[in-house]
Amino acid sequence: MISPYESWDTARGAEIIAEHSQVEGATLVILHALQDAFGYVPEAAIPMVASALSFSRAEVYGVFTFYHDFREKLAGRHVLKLCRAEACQAAGGDRLAARAEAKLGIALGDTTADERVTLEPIYCLGLCATAPSAILDGRVVGRLDEARIDALIAEVQR
Amino acid sequence: MTTRVYVSRDAGAVAVGAEDIAQALEQVASKRGMAIETIRTGSRGLYWLEPMVELATPRGRVAFGPVAIHDVVSLVDALASDGPHPLRLGVAEDIPWLKRQTRLTFARCGVIDPRSLEDYRAHGGYKGLERALTLTSDAILADVTTSGLRGRGGAGFPTGIKWKTVAQAHADRKFIVCNADEGDSGTFADRMIMEGDPFAVIEGMTIAGIAVGATTGYIYIRSEYPHAVAAMNAAIAAARRGGTLGTRIGGFSHNFDLEVRVGAGAYVCGEETSLLESLEGRRGLVRAKPPLPAHRGLFGRPTVINNVLSFAAIPFILAGGAKAYADFGMGRSRGTMPIQLSGNVKFGGLFETAFGITLGELVDDIGGGTLTGRPVRAVQVGGPLGAYFPRALFDTPFDYEAFAARDGLIGHGGVVVFDDSVDMAKQARFAMEFCAIESCGKCTPCRIGSTRGMETIDKIRRGESVSKNLGLVEDLCNTMKFGSLCALGGFTPYPVLSALKHFREDFGPAPGNLEAAE
Repeated sequence: MISPYESWDTARGAEIIAEHSQVEGATLVILHALQDAFGYVPEAAIPMVASALSFSRAEVYGVFTFYHDFREKLAGRHVLKLCRAEACQAAGGDRLAARAEAKLGIALGDTTADERVTLEPIYCLGLCATAPSAILDGRVVGRLDEARIDALIAEVQR
Repeated sequence: MTTRVYVSRDAGAVAVGAEDIAQALEQVASKRGMAIETIRTGSRGLYWLEPMVELATPRGRVAFGPVAIHDVVSLVDALASDGPHPLRLGVAEDIPWLKRQTRLTFARCGVIDPRSLEDYRAHGGYKGLERALTLTSDAILADVTTSGLRGRGGAGFPTGIKWKTVAQAHADRKFIVCNADEGDSGTFADRMIMEGDPFAVIEGMTIAGIAVGATTGYIYIRSEYPHAVAAMNAAIAAARRGGTLGTRIGGFSHNFDLEVRVGAGAYVCGEETSLLESLEGRRGLVRAKPPLPAHRGLFGRPTVINNVLSFAAIPFILAGGAKAYADFGMGRSRGTMPIQLSGNVKFGGLFETAFGITLGELVDDIGGGTLTGRPVRAVQVGGPLGAYFPRALFDTPFDYEAFAARDGLIGHGGVVVFDDSVDMAKQARFAMEFCAIESCGKCTPCRIGSTRGMETIDKIRRGESVSKNLGLVEDLCNTMKFGSLCALGGFTPYPVLSALKHFREDFGPAPGNLEAAE
């Protein structure tokens, strides 16, 4: 499978930063744009963002680390996020999360050794009335049960 | 003749297969040479019936659901002939669960095409804005005040007063900010309205801009809601093309435009000052209040910051409905509340109704009890920071003050049902854990208290010095409640203390663990 992301390139990074640096309060907008392009926020981009926005490097790094979404390295080829919040817990989500961890042989938050799958917790997708829910590579899935979680895992392991 | 059908593109419906059903319908119909027009709507909010397919008939839209992929072939026969089918539910509006509701904010959700400005107008949209454009600022504020609308994000602050404060402030710029960082588990009303009736949010924000003299608005949507982001962006583009956003709105002298900003997975950014910091491009650290955002908000300017549902309620109110809105409700809770039922519940979804309905009616009658069929043991109302209520408190009416009087909160209107297999000590621990994960770290009670709370509940669950540690948890909750800067640390004690108070038996050492503790 070919990665949907570009490899880090300073000129390309500078272009993305320049594209958004004029909007008000641009930090998150730029970090999102970088991650959309490269799959993570490369460390080399942090000082570039800082200089474009007249922030200190520490301030931008602080923003980058504050938000759960931003990654410092590429995730696995597939990212499976399981909702671990209360509504999904009430609908049996704990059991399904444990099953996914066992099947993949990793804990929530980890990536398989072959870098095929990253398994992550997410706290609410707003799909609480069709709980338990998950999102696989941006595709939402509800009413999970053993069979459906197994099917999702088979899909990412293919 | 073309057969017209409606299928939801709401994320909740898509998560259970609506996309596949819509495609299969078209394929099967085209194979038979049947002309079919599929309109993608939001969801009506009857999620146990999703994916729901509706057929336009002279008697109204007839619903079928929940449709599985193997039902599609037989369903197409029923659609072609308006004939019988095992999944046929009758005219959608006559389904009792929907008929019992009072849909003011959600009147169009699930009905219209959320990307069509024409459809929005055809269903009463922009009547409020048209009227607001002819009114003075004072007259608009008077309508909002008359309606009795209180902030639907959870705090319940009177919207009219908030807007008036901003209207009276002097500044070179003012802002309208929509808080669409709906992070509470068990809540999805903001998501539904953004996906199903996004123009209502835009119209409400535009009216706010005219009322207070602001020309720029931001909608801060959490990144967990990609479908809502797409729907809002499409609607904003359509509104600009239609002349209801931008310069000289509707030919009048007012200018107003807005844009979507996407969050990045921080729950605390649902707190209004943290959200403003995030919009400014910083870490989402909460600000001490005062100054209030109404005086010094986004970029230090006077800012109206309201929840999605507050803005979405405004078009009805300004379209001459202020008094009618206020006529619904009880006490100081006026109007309707879009209540969200979820978790282990038979009939989960969105139920908009006047304030005053009891928790018991909601859970047993409307929700139909648990999906597992086991007894309901606990209900968490108001998200991760809301209290757990036992059956003994099911007579509590849905009302800001009534819930507060019982050490709870209605928050954003989420009701999560748990059956008797729930371990309430585990839920209390989760509340502390969630607070520890999501704390912005600015104040000590929240940052440190949540971690210590988690550790102490772990000790209790292991049976270590139970009564001493229970006392510690209570003391800690007291510190967090009164010493935290915002509702994250301040309200985490609600689920913890309510679990302790109403489900004390779950905190005793389990017999099997006694030995391990020694």
